[in-house]
Amino acid sequence: MHVDHSPSHDGPAVGADARRADGSRRALRIGLGGPVGSGKTATVAALCRALRQELSLAVVTNDIYTREDADFLLREAVLPPERITAVETGACPHTAIRDDISANLEAVEDLEDEVGPLDLVLVESGGDNLTATFSKGLVDAQIFVIDVAGGDDIPRKGGPGVTTADLLVVNKTDLAPYVGSDLGRMAADAKAQRAELPVVFQSLRSEAGVTDVAAWVRARLAEWTA
Amino acid sequence: MTGAGVRATARIRARDDGRGGTSLPVLEGDGPLAVRRTRGSGAEARVMLVGAMSGPLGGDHFTVEAGVAEGARLRVGSAAATIALPGQTKDEARYDVRLGVENGGELHWLPEQLISARGSDLYVTTYADLGATARLVLREEQVLGRAGEEPGRLVSRLRLRIAGRTVLDQELACGPGAPGGWDGPAVLAGHRAVGQLLVVRSEFAAEPVTARVLGEGAAVVPLAGPAALVTAVAPDALRLRGLLDQAQASFA
Amino acid sequence: MSGAALLVLADGRFPAGGHAHSGGAEAAVKAGRITGAASLEDFCRGRLHTSGRVAAALAAAAALGVDPSLLDEAADARTPSPALRAVARRLGRQLMRAARATWPADELDAVAGQFPKGAHQPVVLGLAARSAGLGAADAAYCAAYESVSGPATATVRLLSLDPFEATAVLARLAPEVDRVVDLAAEAAGRVAEEGVDALPAGSAPVLEISAEAHAGWPVRLFAS
Repeated sequence: MHVDHSPSHDGPAVGADARRADGSRRALRIGLGGPVGSGKTATVAALCRALRQELSLAVVTNDIYTREDADFLLREAVLPPERITAVETGACPHTAIRDDISANLEAVEDLEDEVGPLDLVLVESGGDNLTATFSKGLVDAQIFVIDVAGGDDIPRKGGPGVTTADLLVVNKTDLAPYVGSDLGRMAADAKAQRAELPVVFQSLRSEAGVTDVAAWVRARLAEWTA
Repeated sequence: MTGAGVRATARIRARDDGRGGTSLPVLEGDGPLAVRRTRGSGAEARVMLVGAMSGPLGGDHFTVEAGVAEGARLRVGSAAATIALPGQTKDEARYDVRLGVENGGELHWLPEQLISARGSDLYVTTYADLGATARLVLREEQVLGRAGEEPGRLVSRLRLRIAGRTVLDQELACGPGAPGGWDGPAVLAGHRAVGQLLVVRSEFAAEPVTARVLGEGAAVVPLAGPAALVTAVAPDALRLRGLLDQAQASFA
Repeated sequence: MSGAALLVLADGRFPAGGHAHSGGAEAAVKAGRITGAASLEDFCRGRLHTSGRVAAALAAAAALGVDPSLLDEAADARTPSPALRAVARRLGRQLMRAARATWPADELDAVAGQFPKGAHQPVVLGLAARSAGLGAADAAYCAAYESVSGPATATVRLLSLDPFEATAVLARLAPEVDRVVDLAAEAAGRVAEEGVDALPAGSAPVLEISAEAHAGWPVRLFAS
């Protein structure tokens, strides 16, 4: 029997060890999931712009069609290309972030090896359904992004993403008047589903933009490095 | 091996003649395997394999050995396509090619096609053993059946060693009696001609070729060693040669 | 030997990254070479007898304790496509992670250290089988079955093929998988005496060519 999992120099770490193979603390990993079109990639881009001056960060995308989200981030030039990696998911992004996380773990570790040291890695899920959540073996915290245009009954319907994510982001609040979504009702429903877990209402077009989400990320990072 | 078939061996040895050319101290063939020196160019000696009889037939065992010593340059071709035919016996025929190139030597092994005729059963092995700085251009083409004919069974193994390390080891089996799926969408997808061009140069260690596809039927790839391989499939021998020639020209 | 351990390792849900790969099926579907259950079966049969048999023999030899670096070199020589070599190493690294977490063993740690970017997946598969207390034929079964189950699962997603038909394809191939496993295990058993030249070397030209083309696609569902 070999039960000793102490860090050593002879290969990649197993699972979600908090330390890298060389014994140093690895980067905090935050997952962003949510339905198609809710604004995950735009939120990642905004977070990169907000945080890149103060943190060393990198992004892993999980696309349905392999490189689209990574290419968007590259076009937006939010990070240098070597800090963005696309994981290919075989048409099942939720499998790659939950059931078989091996390719994502490789991607995160390769980023730390190649452009590290890193403070933060954002792992973005491909647009999937309301049940897609990240494995705790892959990320330390997860953000679930929905939007007002997807229907104001999503918080009421719940599902693992809405109910259990460490942060729920209700995006595109600027569109609420046009699509007839009731923000008050969404907030009440989210509160009912999530109890004390935080919810952020954001519009990336407003002046505040991604400020609240960025603040939440900074707080997680402070806990991680404490 | 039963006694029914023909055994034949051809041997070629090439060496630097010390005057900027290549001499052929050994050039011999027996029975159906004749070898002729033809006009060379520059430092290179040229040899033609001449099939004195058709074959190999079932039960036959042919061997061709070519050795290129340090600094020598040899080019070997064949006068015509080789046709595998059924024999008097049901035994498999064998055709073994053994190529050796020492450091600084160069071999161009460019025979014509091997055609697998209906009812034939041939096992071909081509083993090339190279020194670290030897150069090689090797072409193999297999055609499954003469025009409109079903092929026989053909198994062909190609192995390349450079400085004692195996860089390529591949076997293609096709025709009746070959493992299933050989004609299907993973292996030959209905193509009747398949070929490879192998190019070995020590420069490839530092600068490997860039992998690329040539249309739908061919790819140029760097091997895990100082060598490049072109693999091609085509509906017929002519179009196969076109693909391999196009690829070969890109190495010039 | 444990029958249940074999099921754990052979389970399509074993988290080792295979779900993102189609085994060449995506390129074959796009080219119109796989259009339904019959052509899927023919595709799988060809893959089984070529790269599947090679993978099965490599896995069996690794399970018998043949030096993994020799087997890795033999795998390179039998995989001319650099795209497929890269895939094999990536999947080998992912499988190594899963195997070390599942069946911890010094031998796995040592090979992980020796191949930080991954050894060929079938070699790691054989080592994983060894760590799980399985034998050469078990390892060959995992590799041979995987060589057909991967494309079958992918084709269900790519063509919306009836999953019952895809599973029936796998069942029809079962006797040939058995045969390939026998041949692979027999070849692996000769390696100790004859060296890795004894391993099968079956090649599938269309798989190799189309793997290179697929690797260059800007938009695709599967990594290979």
